[in-house]
Amino acid sequence: MARIDCNHIRHAYGPHPKSDKDYALKEVHHAFEDGGAYALLGPSGCGKTTLLNIISGLLYPSHGELLFDGKDVTNLSTQERNIAQVFQFPVIYDTMTVYDNLAFPLRNRGVPEPDVDRKVRETLDMTGLADMAKRKARGLTADQKQKISLGRGLVRSDVNAILFDEPLTVIDPHMKWVLRSQLKQLHRRFGFTMVYVTHDQTEALTFAENVVVMYEGEIVQIGSPAELFERPKHTFVGYFIGSPGMNVMPVAVEGRSARLGSQTIELPGAPKPGITGAIELGIRPEYVRLGASGMPVSIRKVEDIGRHKVVRASFEGRDIAAIVGEDEDIPADPKIAFDPAGINLYADSWRVEMGG
Amino acid sequence: MLELRNVTKTIGATEHIRDVSLTLQHGSLNVLLGPTLSGKTSLMRLMAGLDVPTSGSVWFDGKDVTGIPVQKRNVAMVYQQFINYPAMTVYENIASPLRVAGTERAKIDKEVRNAAALLKLTPFLDRTPLSLSGGQQQRTALARAIVKNASLVLLDEPLANLDYKLREELRAELPKIFAATGTIFVYATTEPHEALLLGGNTATLSEGRITQFGPTIDVFRRPNDLVTAKTFADPPLNTIVLKKSGSSFLLDGGVNLPVPAELAGIADTSYTIGFQPHHLSLARPSPSAVPVRAKVSVTEITGSESFVHLDFADVRWVMLEHGILVFEPDQTIEVFIDPRHIMVFDANGRSAAPPQMLAA
Amino acid sequence: MDKTWNNKAWFMVLPVLVLVAFNAIIPLMTVVNYSVQETFGNNLFFFEGVKWFQEVLNSPRFHSSLLRQFAFTGLILLIEVPLGVAVALAMPRSGPWVAVCLVLMSLPLLIPWNVVGAMWNIFALPDIGLLGYVINAMGISYNFTSQPLSAWFTVVLMDVWHWTSLVVLLAYAGLVSIPDAYYQAAKIDGASRWSVFRFIQLPKMKRVLTIAVLLRFMDSFMVYTEPFVLTGGGPGNATTFLSIDLVKAALGEFNLGIAAAMSIIYFLMTLLVSWLFYTLMTQSEAEG
Repeated sequence: MARIDCNHIRHAYGPHPKSDKDYALKEVHHAFEDGGAYALLGPSGCGKTTLLNIISGLLYPSHGELLFDGKDVTNLSTQERNIAQVFQFPVIYDTMTVYDNLAFPLRNRGVPEPDVDRKVRETLDMTGLADMAKRKARGLTADQKQKISLGRGLVRSDVNAILFDEPLTVIDPHMKWVLRSQLKQLHRRFGFTMVYVTHDQTEALTFAENVVVMYEGEIVQIGSPAELFERPKHTFVGYFIGSPGMNVMPVAVEGRSARLGSQTIELPGAPKPGITGAIELGIRPEYVRLGASGMPVSIRKVEDIGRHKVVRASFEGRDIAAIVGEDEDIPADPKIAFDPAGINLYADSWRVEMGG
Repeated sequence: MLELRNVTKTIGATEHIRDVSLTLQHGSLNVLLGPTLSGKTSLMRLMAGLDVPTSGSVWFDGKDVTGIPVQKRNVAMVYQQFINYPAMTVYENIASPLRVAGTERAKIDKEVRNAAALLKLTPFLDRTPLSLSGGQQQRTALARAIVKNASLVLLDEPLANLDYKLREELRAELPKIFAATGTIFVYATTEPHEALLLGGNTATLSEGRITQFGPTIDVFRRPNDLVTAKTFADPPLNTIVLKKSGSSFLLDGGVNLPVPAELAGIADTSYTIGFQPHHLSLARPSPSAVPVRAKVSVTEITGSESFVHLDFADVRWVMLEHGILVFEPDQTIEVFIDPRHIMVFDANGRSAAPPQMLAA
Repeated sequence: MDKTWNNKAWFMVLPVLVLVAFNAIIPLMTVVNYSVQETFGNNLFFFEGVKWFQEVLNSPRFHSSLLRQFAFTGLILLIEVPLGVAVALAMPRSGPWVAVCLVLMSLPLLIPWNVVGAMWNIFALPDIGLLGYVINAMGISYNFTSQPLSAWFTVVLMDVWHWTSLVVLLAYAGLVSIPDAYYQAAKIDGASRWSVFRFIQLPKMKRVLTIAVLLRFMDSFMVYTEPFVLTGGGPGNATTFLSIDLVKAALGEFNLGIAAAMSIIYFLMTLLVSWLFYTLMTQSEAEG
């Protein structure tokens, strides 16, 4: 396993990029630590798959360099980089048995057969495929096939990293839970460097220790799931992570209070004086308390989604969402209050710090 | 009103649909929920008239329409793949069903613009579908289904190929869009979460059979059987097989699980106990809650919530807790099962009696 | 969208049914009729039972044309299928050259069969034909009208030229349907070019190759026009394949009974071998 450094990587698909617009990847300068579990999260077209393909060597960046453990691999081929990748749709060699599928990458590299056998058996146990080793791969279900794809990466003990390109797309919800927790266990036990591309926040946040949120070819925030949830650096992160996303509303700030329409909201701290631009207050639905006291709202809709309820309301003429527990009642004369711990302030969409 | 009466579909030796009876009302939103290959698409094809049932009949507004081809029914369908006419503009795509029907120009223009406005496509009317994003392409397909003014609209996992956030947006809009039309609206999905967000009614499918049909939240809270409960649980349903003796289910490790009051009369035998992940908790939720000691396997954190995978005896459970929990793997922790929220299934997987769920 | 229920559709296929009846069933019955009778002038017929069949099956002439037929079909299958696959593999997967290649490949398929025969006849003439002249100029004695080996060489080469494209187009269609991820995964797994072919491309092409082999088998087994125009079955009987022999018997010698019996044996054989091919190839697919 290796540490992966992306040094000022930019990429354009067209031959002569002129402006920033032509770059699918504007500039990525980031290090993936050895043994880390990372997720690249963002909507389609944000450049996450481009970045993954640059790491795997399926794509050569227009600018910048890629280092594995300090060694420049920018111009090396996929084979020479020694990485493993699991694709969106399971890739299996369907004329081979499950066993032969897993042995394939080793045999291609001329590993002696006794070693192949030992490694393949280990991997079969790791992925829970042991009882179907002798079966032809073609008749298996999508999740089993995806495990084979993963197994072909795991079987090589010397891989620098395992890359995942939306690997759970074709998997049924129930199996997603099983595969995800297995992946997490594998990572914990064997410490692979893993990079996981997805547009699904649940997958990204549950899989990774560090989530890299990308938007329009740039990294907007890198952080732990908790950081991304509680302190989104950019309103896009607030919107993209969490469902429903963060409530964002324009406010006027004076010292430690923010004014929205006729309401004044107490801030956890005062922002540095002199912030300019469009000032917005962001608060997640989880931190909006619905009760008998606070600021008046009118409720438009209550969505009961089982484990909690999403209340859609109108607050000072703006839409606001709040999350209410399964067993909690919706008051007749609803009022809301903001939990100060969940209040963030944004200037021109970027988060500003608030002092004590 | 669309009615399926004892509909069966067999292809070769495989039964795709087994004895399905279902009545869908005008103006209703109906979700078909089940895993891949459970028969959702087969059932929709039968509803649409793309396939003819092997046995049983299909009725529409009191008329037997079994065997009447799709062209002669007023049906619109939207697929997982974004299906549009690539050479036509978005405007022409939306207008196409009206042109086929021979609607007059002025009316077409009005309808197309209305539908485009509803689906936020107005700025893209002159573009071709392939130059649009996936979400906009699927909106175009949806707009075409709307202008058709069909009496039955079938949506086969229409959001599956979209990004998570786009899915969220469209999912919120869809019920509103179709609510006003009086259409029977059928929506197939593999995701329990999606069914809950859409609301309406849900039919859970398993191996070609409808296991339960009713208002979505009722099916979720009061499943008739174990299969339905499992189909309708994400994260997966926590289950354990326990022996009942007198007033309690015998749980390994001392404290027993009290039998819910309304089930006091059931026989002393083995039952499968099921409960949702959010009904397993770290803090005692009620005085009657039962503590169990389980071993942590993996913790997944989403930022606002934590999913803790636990091993208890020979079963794997998931606990869903608010906030961020950090546990060492293999650490043994004490968690609580809330007996107010358990579901009890007999040896055949039938609900022993409707479990008592706390009313919302 | 398949499986639509509409009774009107049957009327649409009615003309085809009538056509097939006229084209196939009625002539076939006539042939069956001929094959069991002795024919004289003035429409005199005598029932002969299986006499013609016995005669055909025991005749050395039939044996040798059958052998030639199998040799020809076997040879062209052995050449055209691997060659077709190789050409398909060499074709670009994307870009402006795809269209150019496809058009070039389709060209031979668009030429009428008798024209192909005539073209090659002139092309291969030892004195004025380009091919014949070049071969002779290289010091190899070549004359397809007098040397059996030259005749065979020309007939096979002509068929390869005419029909390899069909295999190429089918194989190419199979190749382009393979998702990119497969090639990427193979790179990552360190697969050699041969492994990629053996474990990805070949399995994915199997279905279309089955069709290609079947089509080429049936066509070549019934080949008539091209060799007839080129060599007329000669020199001697060197390139007299079953169909040419059949026409000789029927029209040249007016042995209607023999010819009819031969036709039926021929027809049943084509059917049987096609069926064998098909079952074998689809079965191996089912087993994986």
